[in-house]
Amino acid sequence: MRPACTIVMAVLLIAASFARADEIPPGERRSGFTFMTPETQAMQDDDTANPGMLFVLDGETLWKNKAGAAGKACADCHDDARTSMKGVAARYPAFDKALGRPVDLEQRINLCRANHQQAAPLPYESPELLALTAFVARQSRNMPIITGADPQLAPFIARGRELFTQRQGQLNLGCANCHDDNWDKHLAGSAITQGHPTGYPLYRLEWQSLGSLQRRLRGCIAGIRAQPYDYGAPELVELELYLMSRARGMPIETPAVRP
Amino acid sequence: MASALINVPRKAKRGEIIEIKTLMSHIMETGYRHTSTGEVVPRDIITSFSCRYNGTEIFRADLFPAIAANPFITFFTVATESGKFDFEWIGDRGFTETASASITVE
Repeated sequence: MRPACTIVMAVLLIAASFARADEIPPGERRSGFTFMTPETQAMQDDDTANPGMLFVLDGETLWKNKAGAAGKACADCHDDARTSMKGVAARYPAFDKALGRPVDLEQRINLCRANHQQAAPLPYESPELLALTAFVARQSRNMPIITGADPQLAPFIARGRELFTQRQGQLNLGCANCHDDNWDKHLAGSAITQGHPTGYPLYRLEWQSLGSLQRRLRGCIAGIRAQPYDYGAPELVELELYLMSRARGMPIETPAVRP
Repeated sequence: MASALINVPRKAKRGEIIEIKTLMSHIMETGYRHTSTGEVVPRDIITSFSCRYNGTEIFRADLFPAIAANPFITFFTVATESGKFDFEWIGDRGFTETASASITVE
């Protein structure tokens, strides 16, 4: 009996050492901003040099434009975004009662378009949707992320965490293998960050455009040679939700700049 | 939805060297890319940028396909008198955009 027990213990210990995936302690959490060069940091910090601000300006125009059969603009219901949208991005993705599942900010904007403006949804990654999302999220800049406070979100956060740690694709990697276990290292010349989505939608120099968190996730999933989920897939929203709740307390940087 | 971000100091002392920063929204499509069906994506870039200070041209740049999207152009000039800076971007497909900013020189 005793040797069997020892073997079981040994197997468990070995398994534990392979499946590290320890969460990053709150004190050691770092925004992607801190991994960048001073030049790129300066670009993000200066609103007249930050190309993401071009989208925010476009979003401000769209906010006041009437759209859809209802002939209403966002501003007609929500008035001044500076007060009505303050802090909104800091709690998204949020639980939608009608759908019974979490929705991200892009989906919330499209739900608003469908239900209140009777307008066609804006396609994912379209300049219009990115601009509106960036404009809304900009109103929460420097506010701490509080996503995940709603207890109804718990099962979805758990599923997101499962996806985060699950190995997949031809390279057989999970998100956690890089972003929890090896964030202090490099992948070729690029810093591996902790993967805190504090600045989305953000301007990525590689994209030469603003892009959503879902675009970033799909890029990562293709990078581990797995089949990316479609835009708007519940799996991507659950991942977004887990990542935002993992970054709870960190300040929103939208529109951030990343290399 | 083209828009520009301009950063010119609102006030300056006479003779002071000031920095002017401009950011223009543009996709800067090189003309070298192909779609998945093999068709060339036609070139669509800004080809020239100029800045006038009270009507006198003080800066001009020609832009080429290797320049990234949303060109960010900064340059310096000497603040000589109060007045206006006029910026102009010209590009493919009849693209023209203008912007202006004023300065008070003491």
